[in-house]
Amino acid sequence: MRRLKELIIEKTILLNGFACIFFVVLIFFFLAKDGLALFRTISIRDFLFGQLWNPIAEPPQFGILPLFLGSFLVTLGATAISVPLGMACAIFIGEIAPRWMRELLKAGVELLAAIPSIVIGFVGMTMLGPMVKNIFHLPTGLTALTGSFALAFMAIPTIVSIMEDAISSVPRSYKEGSLALGATHWQTIYRVIIPAASSGIVAAIMLGIGRVIGETMAVMMLTGNASVMPRTILEPVRTMTATIAAEMGETVHGSEHYFALFALGLVLFAITFIINLIADAALHRKRK
Amino acid sequence: MKKMRSIGLAMTVFGLLFTSVPLLHAATDSRMIQIKGSDTMVNLSQAWAEEFMAEKPDVSIAVTGGGSGTGIAALINGTTDIANSSRPIKKKEIDDAQKGGYYPEEFKVAIDALAVIVNPANPVKELTCDQLSGIFTGKITNWSEVGGKNEKILILSRDRNSGTHTYFLEHALRKGNPSGPEQFAPSTLMLPSSEAIIAETSQSESAIGYDGLGYVTPKVKTLAIAKKGGDAFVLPSKETATDNTYPIRRYLYMYTGFKPKGDVQAFIDFVLSEKGQKIVDELGFVPLEKKK
Repeated sequence: MRRLKELIIEKTILLNGFACIFFVVLIFFFLAKDGLALFRTISIRDFLFGQLWNPIAEPPQFGILPLFLGSFLVTLGATAISVPLGMACAIFIGEIAPRWMRELLKAGVELLAAIPSIVIGFVGMTMLGPMVKNIFHLPTGLTALTGSFALAFMAIPTIVSIMEDAISSVPRSYKEGSLALGATHWQTIYRVIIPAASSGIVAAIMLGIGRVIGETMAVMMLTGNASVMPRTILEPVRTMTATIAAEMGETVHGSEHYFALFALGLVLFAITFIINLIADAALHRKRK
Repeated sequence: MKKMRSIGLAMTVFGLLFTSVPLLHAATDSRMIQIKGSDTMVNLSQAWAEEFMAEKPDVSIAVTGGGSGTGIAALINGTTDIANSSRPIKKKEIDDAQKGGYYPEEFKVAIDALAVIVNPANPVKELTCDQLSGIFTGKITNWSEVGGKNEKILILSRDRNSGTHTYFLEHALRKGNPSGPEQFAPSTLMLPSSEAIIAETSQSESAIGYDGLGYVTPKVKTLAIAKKGGDAFVLPSKETATDNTYPIRRYLYMYTGFKPKGDVQAFIDFVLSEKGQKIVDELGFVPLEKKK
């Protein structure tokens, strides 16, 4: 009886494990089926390198370069803001803060992760947008930079918690050895602990980037969504995620535009897949 | 062991959920009306539904948004009884529906006038349709070209999922020719909601945008529009939208998959009744012309 129970539980868990992979594969095929249908009428080159996104024009233009650059610019900005902040925060929590403060800060960071993205978008629209507009004397506060700021706040919890894990899992003996050799606390941190935790740190950054690139709601509210080729970070941009979210509702199902949005989803899927792969590789390097 | 039991419990719950979905569906099918589509019409439909359900408590109506295209797609797939749309159904959509055995019936249920809005500090008071088209397509880029300050124009629009976007494109930019070559200037900011356009216009002196009349607040200034140079400039209002002197107005539609019957028929009759049209007025839209 007991054996049977064990067996059932074991198989169910196995099944669940495979179900996850199965779903990913299913999603990929679903995306690919509708996404690749676009290339019956549009060449891949025009799709990837076209500079105009005019899906409801006659004839429609499906150049995703401005959207890709929009996503890239916002992600770059968010990474530039969140990585130094997140890293400093993780080092402080993991190495310097006293125990009681550590618990308080960790709870705070986790709370930051719990804020729904639409709330961040809302705050950004009413506070951050006007601020960016006034500081840089722009015609509008809805720019790539505004989106970057908001997304940085969303990436920081991911970056901090994974980085902090990596930092606190550095063996105590490394730290003690370094201190015994006469290094100061700061020297120990940046000469011994950070290099030892480097793979976890890289993984944290990559996962933070993954979080940022897939975010939709806040960027849609904050970046202005103009599909121009961006020249500076102080201009409105349109990201890939916002494009899909904003246009899906009104497309005629089975039209070229519909397929183009799926193809865009496919590109996004490929990008996040690569980012996760890099993060995974970084983590595995650590284990060896 | 305790953990195992809770996992088992979770699985049972899941199993029950899956098996009960078809049951639920079957149980509520008869007296339930699904309405799906245009975001512009969500509040309006909700108000109609509430009033109708107050009169007929045994019918329940579920209203969801998602955009006109989503609503019509749901009608084609047979997952909604009524599709709300702020644009007329397209040829391809009718064909698709017929392939699935549906024959969409169209009902005009209200009128919506689109107001062109600017910041109150902007000295420009009126524009012709040609100027409007020039501004939104990016041919006119400075306010001084239409009698304003020497300032670059910031164009605001709803995003492409909005029936309002399509309508404005076809009737303001393309001046009534739906397949014209005109496009929104690439530098146009595409904002996700009507409220966002009002907020941005009230903050930026160089902005120009458009919004349904029901959404306009005193924080922005409405422009008078003339059909062509020499014509009178008309401000949007319920009167000018009803008598068709204001050029940027449109119908809002409901579509059913078949000739409506039963509860659906009763609901559409209610929408078109005097009571239903009074709700249209209360929500800032324009009631249909009274039939004489």
